[in-house]
Amino acid sequence: MSASLAAAPPQGTAAEIARSVRAGERSAREVLDAHLAGVEATEGEVHAFNLVLADEARAAADALDVRIAAGEDPGPLAGVPVALKDNLCTRGIPTTCSSKILAGWRPPYDATVVQLLAGAGAVTIGKTNLDEFAMGSSTENSAFGPTRNPHDPTRVPGGSSGGSAAAVAAGFAPISLGSDTGGSIRQPAALCGVVGLKPTYGLVSRYGLIAFASSLDQIGPFATTVADAALVLDVIAGHDPHDSTSIPEPVPSYSATLDRGVEGLRIGLITELMGEGIAPDVAARVREAAAALEAAGATVGEASVPAARLGLSAYYLIAPAEASSNLARYDGVRYGLRVDAPTTGEMMTATRTAGFGAEVKRRIMLGTYALSAGYYDAYYGKALKVRTLIIRDFAAAYEHFDLLLSPTSPTTAFALGDKTADPLSMYLNDVCTIPTNLSGDAAISVPFGTGDDGLPVGVQLLAPALGEVAMLRAAAVVEAAAPRNAEVRA
Amino acid sequence: MAAMSERITRDDVAHVATLAKLALSDAELDEFTEQLAAVLDHAADVEALDVADVAPTAHPYPLSNVLRADELGPTLDRDEVLAQAPAVADGRFSVPAILGEEP
Repeated sequence: MSASLAAAPPQGTAAEIARSVRAGERSAREVLDAHLAGVEATEGEVHAFNLVLADEARAAADALDVRIAAGEDPGPLAGVPVALKDNLCTRGIPTTCSSKILAGWRPPYDATVVQLLAGAGAVTIGKTNLDEFAMGSSTENSAFGPTRNPHDPTRVPGGSSGGSAAAVAAGFAPISLGSDTGGSIRQPAALCGVVGLKPTYGLVSRYGLIAFASSLDQIGPFATTVADAALVLDVIAGHDPHDSTSIPEPVPSYSATLDRGVEGLRIGLITELMGEGIAPDVAARVREAAAALEAAGATVGEASVPAARLGLSAYYLIAPAEASSNLARYDGVRYGLRVDAPTTGEMMTATRTAGFGAEVKRRIMLGTYALSAGYYDAYYGKALKVRTLIIRDFAAAYEHFDLLLSPTSPTTAFALGDKTADPLSMYLNDVCTIPTNLSGDAAISVPFGTGDDGLPVGVQLLAPALGEVAMLRAAAVVEAAAPRNAEVRA
Repeated sequence: MAAMSERITRDDVAHVATLAKLALSDAELDEFTEQLAAVLDHAADVEALDVADVAPTAHPYPLSNVLRADELGPTLDRDEVLAQAPAVADGRFSVPAILGEEP
């Protein structure tokens, strides 16, 4: 066990920062400088960032302060530092996906979420580390070295959005954005003791999110509180004509209804995700969270989602299949790395061989195989049908329950190097989070005490598509009932 | 591990690598064959299902024929895009020889 690097955000929550900056009580610059001082102090040990944008952030904060002095209101995230997962395009600023194949690339446009955050007054403090192309559950697959868990630097932060989770847990920023394809927001949130929200597929625009598995990817926030996660979702949710999978429906205010409690809500504990493979201490925290929801007025029962256990196999056929197609674009022609060779075909092979890390190659190979002649029906075709079964089973469960509850991750944070030699053991980490991605529904991980090792445990609340309002209300109840932060190893 | 080796062979892996434009060393071929077999073994639960009557789901949210209004709008700046390319010529992406032609 090593000394903890976990720290509360130095200037309070995003909501507190925005309120005081809008009121002129604090400058955006002093808020930023306090966070940069934290980065300066411990980032060398945490390695949450691929790139810290200190100069750009100072210029943005100063510009905000000028506007506020002139009587303008920059918006609901005024002066709030935000860390962005390095698979979100930022115009003119290197965006790597933690891959050598994109090293040095500067996108010619901003992701929609990046524009929305800036438009609400947030200040981008840096680009965070991830498993290469978001493929992994520990951030050890980064070409630029692993991120460490601030609660214990010998442990992984989870992944793939490990840098964004660690940045919030280390107090480098009160909020960050990640992406979640099979649990890549919720699992690192659980392991790092912060809140992580995967919105309904299509609620948040994916324009400018570098694609991994397009039918599963979704952008969402990390925060230290459920209220901050709701505040960020208020800013980033909504239809975007640049994303043809974006849901063309009006979006409610998630913050406005956050304090309405769970009286009358029916919440189901997913039995298939409470037994085999789930650590007893993690399961115990989930049962305590269920009891807290019941004490707050919810009805809690046992829910069955039989196909949930098939999710892992289906996911590890579907996601690599989509990835093998999406990553075909890295061919040394239009951007990023090129390894010279006499012919275009040889150049492409040389570039991809040198540019991709082992896990990305593994997934491309798996996906190419699952899609190849003779195996398509047995693997990819079957997996798409299992996806239907999972959607049916969730729909059946939601006839009896408004929300579902489960662990986020089967265990607390594991040690660096523990699972890197055995990819399947790493994949098994995603068993609780994957079903939500396959169904396209919403889910959130909320910190709830610790395991026997003193490390954070996250409980997962799941909702049907566009069920974020009730889900966030329940998340706020779980948060309020959680063992206090002081009891988490610090 | 006998069952695993039946799942995917070293030759299968080498063939897939060619399709995916990846050059693998002998050691990588061995390692990937074993690792992919383990994942495919786990997928035996899916492979074994009788789902003949189940329709596939390719996409979670039922949207179809998404069209936008036919209106002019901003597009990416060509010079900014080409500035990121490994090689350009005459305002276009440039590549080495194709189909055996001289470059």
